[in-house]
Amino acid sequence: MVDIISTPSTIMEEIKMNNNLNTKLNIENFNLFYGNFQALRDVTIGIPEKQITSIIGPSGCGKSTFLRSFNRMNELIPTVTTSGSIKLDDVDIHQNDPVELRKKVGMVFQRPNPFPKSIFDNIAFGPRVHGITTKQVLVEIVEKSLRQAALWDEVKDDLNKSGLALSGGQQQRLCIARALAVEPEVILMDEPASALDPIATLKIEDLIQELKEKYTIVIVTHNMQQAARASDYTMFFNMAEDRAGYLVESGKTVDIFTNPKKELTEQYISGRFG
Amino acid sequence: MLTVLLVDIAVEGADWLRPELFLNYHSRKPEKAGMKSAIVGSIIVMGLTGLFSFPIGVGAALYLEEYAEKNRLTRFINININNLAGVPSIVYGILALVVFGRMFGVLSPNSWLVTTFNLPVGNSALGGLDFNLFGLEWLRIKMPFGRSLLSGALTMTLLILPVVIISSREAIRAVPNSIRLAAYGLGATKWQTISRQVLPIAMPGILTGIILALSRAIGEAAPLIIMGAFTYVPFLPESLWDQFTVMPIQIYNWITLPQEEFRLHLAAAGIIVLLAVLLSFNAIAVFLRKKMETKW
Repeated sequence: MVDIISTPSTIMEEIKMNNNLNTKLNIENFNLFYGNFQALRDVTIGIPEKQITSIIGPSGCGKSTFLRSFNRMNELIPTVTTSGSIKLDDVDIHQNDPVELRKKVGMVFQRPNPFPKSIFDNIAFGPRVHGITTKQVLVEIVEKSLRQAALWDEVKDDLNKSGLALSGGQQQRLCIARALAVEPEVILMDEPASALDPIATLKIEDLIQELKEKYTIVIVTHNMQQAARASDYTMFFNMAEDRAGYLVESGKTVDIFTNPKKELTEQYISGRFG
Repeated sequence: MLTVLLVDIAVEGADWLRPELFLNYHSRKPEKAGMKSAIVGSIIVMGLTGLFSFPIGVGAALYLEEYAEKNRLTRFINININNLAGVPSIVYGILALVVFGRMFGVLSPNSWLVTTFNLPVGNSALGGLDFNLFGLEWLRIKMPFGRSLLSGALTMTLLILPVVIISSREAIRAVPNSIRLAAYGLGATKWQTISRQVLPIAMPGILTGIILALSRAIGEAAPLIIMGAFTYVPFLPESLWDQFTVMPIQIYNWITLPQEEFRLHLAAAGIIVLLAVLLSFNAIAVFLRKKMETKW
């Protein structure tokens, strides 16, 4: 191999070198099994705080499974077992109640899935299940969340309208607002724009850029341009021979897309497989 | 064919739909005979049946859909619920007679239980305990339940429970999984997810199922006759422990009488009333479904 003059660094090296970056999520030797089938093998990575980290890779490589491990959503499937550790702010997430964890680690799904209720009730659901019942407080939270999700101006006139009456892009922003309402620290997004048209997709991407001020964002995407446009850091997953997902390479998005270290990454981002 | 029958009934019974039908009890004279106690009895039995079958049926459906693991036991339970829905109603009458009406005879004066523990049972052949907790009349409990309204309602509850459970399960299963995931993702507990999202969304389907099951039960005479409901009840029930009759039993009774006025006209009039109640039940079900259903 030809010597690379300035070797691009991994995400973990980046965090070490840069004093302004903290590790929000720290994953060590993480394995995940569906029954006997290993879906993730030996993943070790750090996710920097208040940055956008995208996860890319071919279908079936375990990107979404990896993402859902951060808020223990995988545990809803009875056959799933895990080993290794995932730490959120140096506390292992498996130590505490998943309900408490999901308050800190919010999630936005691939398809917009608003509750069949009013816009207000959609957003107030999270705060309500965490014990906020005062109407005045709820009204404030709803407005704040909708403003953060850049949806307020479009829906402020009729918060009693059903969440299902909104367009797809609006529904997805409603789902983001709903996740913001519980004031999480990390937001997980599982291909949040894959079901949307290009304009709605751009709006969501702009929104994600704004949200990075306050939140740590991890986004799974199939769309290479989206990862390149919208994220600061990127990790590339691939499938091994036995179909278990593993981390190939991670680093600054710029480095991954312009100067990948591994040939596999280069092949994937140039569209030769995946 | 059915239309012909219905038209025939309408023709035979129309003139006999008079106030007396609703205001009088059964009488030997056809022109004075009514079905007041049967109408009231039917309404109370149906109300109680709804009250009993809703929590039990929905609870069972929720358990089976949301909590139970898929294993041999739950498969066995599933098969049995489906089978129970097909058991002839008269069998439920026999079951109810033994379980609710007589309570296996364990409270009769000379049963083993009573003689061993020297329980203060009544003197009649059935015996029976009569608690009166705290001296409050409405907390009074009589065991066995005998031929009471409570027995009747429990019989009907048994009869419709399989149908209620099956339709409730369908309604719960129809709630998209993405809704549950969204709620869990926001940090809701399992019960919060179920009680605040799944159940409200499934509720129109559940209610429709229960109302349709009730409208089947309101036309049932056989299990209640076996259970021991009377045909001639010249008073209105005052408590759960009173005897009662229901519309189908009253109609059946009239049909067995020799006079043409009873056999043809009063019975037809009774059927019209029964049909009217039944159709209004179904109308409520349709209305509820239309009004409350979620449009995805």
